[in-house]
Amino acid sequence: MTERVIVVGGGTGGTVLANDLADRLGAEIDAGDVEVTLVNDGPDHVYKPVWLYVPFGQREPEDGRRRLRELVDDRVAVRVDRVTDIDTDAGQVRYHEAPEPIDYDYLVLATGSTLAPEEIPGLAEGGHDYYSESGAEALREELLSFTEGHLVLSVVGTPHMCPAAPLEFVFMADDWLRERGLREDVDITYTYPIQRVHGNPHIAEWARPLMDERDIEVETFFNAESVDPDAGTITSMEGTDIDYDLLVAIPPHRGIDLIEEAGLGDDGWVDVDKHTLEAEAAENVYALGDTAATGVPNAGSVAHYQAGVVGQRIASQIRGRPATATYDGKTLCFVETGMDAASFVEFDYERPPSPAPPSEKLHWSKLAYNESYWLTARGLL
Amino acid sequence: MSQTDIEPETTVDARGAACPGPLMDLIGAVRGAESGAVVRLLSDTERSLTDVPEWVEETDNELLATEEGDDHHAFYVEKA
Repeated sequence: MTERVIVVGGGTGGTVLANDLADRLGAEIDAGDVEVTLVNDGPDHVYKPVWLYVPFGQREPEDGRRRLRELVDDRVAVRVDRVTDIDTDAGQVRYHEAPEPIDYDYLVLATGSTLAPEEIPGLAEGGHDYYSESGAEALREELLSFTEGHLVLSVVGTPHMCPAAPLEFVFMADDWLRERGLREDVDITYTYPIQRVHGNPHIAEWARPLMDERDIEVETFFNAESVDPDAGTITSMEGTDIDYDLLVAIPPHRGIDLIEEAGLGDDGWVDVDKHTLEAEAAENVYALGDTAATGVPNAGSVAHYQAGVVGQRIASQIRGRPATATYDGKTLCFVETGMDAASFVEFDYERPPSPAPPSEKLHWSKLAYNESYWLTARGLL
Repeated sequence: MSQTDIEPETTVDARGAACPGPLMDLIGAVRGAESGAVVRLLSDTERSLTDVPEWVEETDNELLATEEGDDHHAFYVEKA
């Protein structure tokens, strides 16, 4: 009988996993013993890190798009559709375009993050973001013509995609404005919800002196409660008001409703064993990337490493062997510290990060990785 | 863990979450609570013992009680 694996979500985690399974289980797939389906709600795979560069006029959103079908091994069935129902007791999913439920033997949820700016009154109208394609393009229109005033970067919600990106944005904006001779006419303020500038204390300790050196104002314990677009003010739960001329916000993030409806976790994040990535509430269900509530950053490198673990575990289970692969929390991250310098961090559940001194070489390494990312998606790198 | 007689409207179980997850979970629950409601946070991160009082001090909310247990702590926060 054919073992059916359904992977939901064609981002980094889902795409790398689909290719990993095609590689590991090629013979079984060719023999008709295993079927791997990758379901995505659109035909494209999107590499979101490109959006960081869009507001500065350095990249185009199209640079981060490829047809999923071109990235995924031919042995994987790519289905452009939306899963509307998950029944983990019956081991079934239902698709929007197909009335009958589909049985699965293994289900992997890699559905990622969605943005929820509507949770903060006024944010959608008054704030910009670079966490969506349309947001990055709209911010580009504002930023390219912004020559004076107060630029506020507010981290409204955590967890959010790429925890380094808010720091990167203010470092890049600072450098970019200096290069253009505008920095003296632009004040920059960075806000963060807790008492330091980043969730990870080691990264916070590294970043804070850089921000002070570069005259980036910091407001910690700032949990945005509302935005008044007409007055140009963002107000925190802690009672602080900040006037802005250009507000760039990291909106609250959520997973998809389907996960909560299926009883797999709150806010769209699946409760998993942080080593095996198996759902706590259901058998033969895995989650990876942003979708898995592991406490590690919502980052592409995390999804990449987790995909290898889930691929190994599912292949072992299908072959009737004990699944021994585990995820150790490994995270790799380049951190832009300007327009031509970057740092790099590597850490896991046991070892904390120790950011490398910023250098031009690391900046070019990041840009080189951005170009070679498509090899990662194909499962080659 | 000793027990208070405070009846929370909401309990946020952040046991197992890495820092700053518990504090952010608390802030999220307080954000959605009615004025006067008590939110209980369960956390097994030692850092919450400083994070939570520091955040409450920054706000008009009130930390009614902290129960320190062997494997986790409970914080009772009343929304202003």
